Amino acid sequence: MSDGAGEELSDRQKREIAVWFLSNAPAGEIHYVAKDVRALLGDEAVYEAAAAEAFPEHNKAHLVSLELPDRSGDIIITTYGELDKNNYLDPRTAQVATVDHIKQKCTKLRPAADEELPSAYIEDFRSALDVELSKYVSEAYPKGVCAVYCTSGKDIEGPGADFGLAAVISAARRSPQNFCNGSWRSIWNLEFYDESQFVEIKGKIQVGAHYFEEGNVQLDTNIDCKDSTVLQSPEDCAVSIANIIRHHESEYLSSLEESYLNLSDATFKDLRRKLPVTRTLFPWHNTLALSLTRDLTKELAIGK
Amino acid sequence: MEAAMDLVRRMPPGSTETALNALLSLLPDHSIDLLSQVDLPLQVCMDKESLKEYILCEYNRDADSYRSPWSNKYEPPLEDGTVPSEDMRNLEIEANEVFSVYRDQYYEGGISSVYIWEDEDKGFIACFLIKKDGQGKRGYMQIGSWDAIHVIQVGPEEEGAAHYCLNSTVMLSLTTNNKQSGTFNLSGSIRRQMSMTLAVADGHLVNMGKMIEEMEGKLRNSLDQVYFGKTKEMVCTLRPPPEVLNMRLPDR
Repeated sequence: MSDGAGEELSDRQKREIAVWFLSNAPAGEIHYVAKDVRALLGDEAVYEAAAAEAFPEHNKAHLVSLELPDRSGDIIITTYGELDKNNYLDPRTAQVATVDHIKQKCTKLRPAADEELPSAYIEDFRSALDVELSKYVSEAYPKGVCAVYCTSGKDIEGPGADFGLAAVISAARRSPQNFCNGSWRSIWNLEFYDESQFVEIKGKIQVGAHYFEEGNVQLDTNIDCKDSTVLQSPEDCAVSIANIIRHHESEYLSSLEESYLNLSDATFKDLRRKLPVTRTLFPWHNTLALSLTRDLTKELAIGK
Repeated sequence: MEAAMDLVRRMPPGSTETALNALLSLLPDHSIDLLSQVDLPLQVCMDKESLKEYILCEYNRDADSYRSPWSNKYEPPLEDGTVPSEDMRNLEIEANEVFSVYRDQYYEGGISSVYIWEDEDKGFIACFLIKKDGQGKRGYMQIGSWDAIHVIQVGPEEEGAAHYCLNSTVMLSLTTNNKQSGTFNLSGSIRRQMSMTLAVADGHLVNMGKMIEEMEGKLRNSLDQVYFGKTKEMVCTLRPPPEVLNMRLPDR
């Protein structure tokens, strides 16, 4: 950065800065960040341009879930369900919700048009997995939501071609009164290969947590997983895929717990010990003795 | 300023420098406040005379040069760079020596620097810095860093006692990265204050040292128990481990 003093920032630079702050907001905190950014900018037009750019990206990246206006469930904001900037498909209820990204609310709901939905053949695979995944998510996540989308080949009418599904799980917890927020996001991409009768499974799990009472401590973790299963009937595929997801996510949770354990037992000690190597508090009163010892050591070293 | 500090508290701790630069360009009139209230990871420089490393901060900076506590010289060289008075410099030399031993006993490595200068009201200010990076010899940590900044304001001596006001910040970052557990990063900073009035019979250095030792112990403990504990608790609220689930559903 140039030395800055006296140089007025252009509106574009201001907007870029605002977008940077907004897109780095931890899960569940973008509204607090927005309030600060708005106050700092003191320029409504720049703020609104920045918010219009940053909120949709944030909502998609954090897999924000919003209650449907008819209370029939929650819709996850994700690129997989994105029809256009403000319209998102909820594949479970076959509805399209209009979303106000900045207010994080659904404003309208309409039944999805036929061409927005997958064929009956694909829908069998999709809905079977949705049922199994929902079962798993309701067991494993006290406040989790999930959805299954078709990512490719949605118009295939029957066996003979490849297609893809994506399973998305999002669990967020906001507890600003306890200065703590967090989110668990996982995305599982499933490629169904018709010729080899094989389903390739690629997952990415991201976990974040923020604790900020008199400080700012953030956990940020992610892992990529790979697995596969055989292509069977929609129901058998669904059970098998849901089990694989359950297995990987449970393993990952254990590995996170293990990382925490190592952290206080070993890692932290590597940085700073609880007590000095001597196992007693530092002898501040005896520093004269300390420096004498050191002088002596120095002399001995020279004498060598 | 309030909004600016709230933002710093919410941004990823690893991006504090970017956040600070952004705030400085948005609020050029508050640059002094921002620079003194937002702590950045410490930078290190080599003293070419003693071949010892020292830590850079606002307190040993003059123009674009930084004064080494070992040789008392500025790098890049500065003809008329401000230096502490002889008394302060003598205390500074002693403090650097003793603090190095303290650092070695607690950190088993790392770098430390102490800077001392006169305050306007006949007291003085001392800044104790420690930086420790490491791979960790116990082998779990891949990248880790601990930066501690302790600034003590010492009031003038009155009836054999002086008032000490300590402001401390610890910035910590721990990252592990492997195939089995993916990328795991836990980082953050906390700041605390402590004030005491102490007899100066034992000397300022003993008093300051004891306060810093107590404070570092408290900060380490808070980070370990409270801060890391809270983020772990959050993870287990999002997706409870099986033993917790089983407790909740005894009929299963």
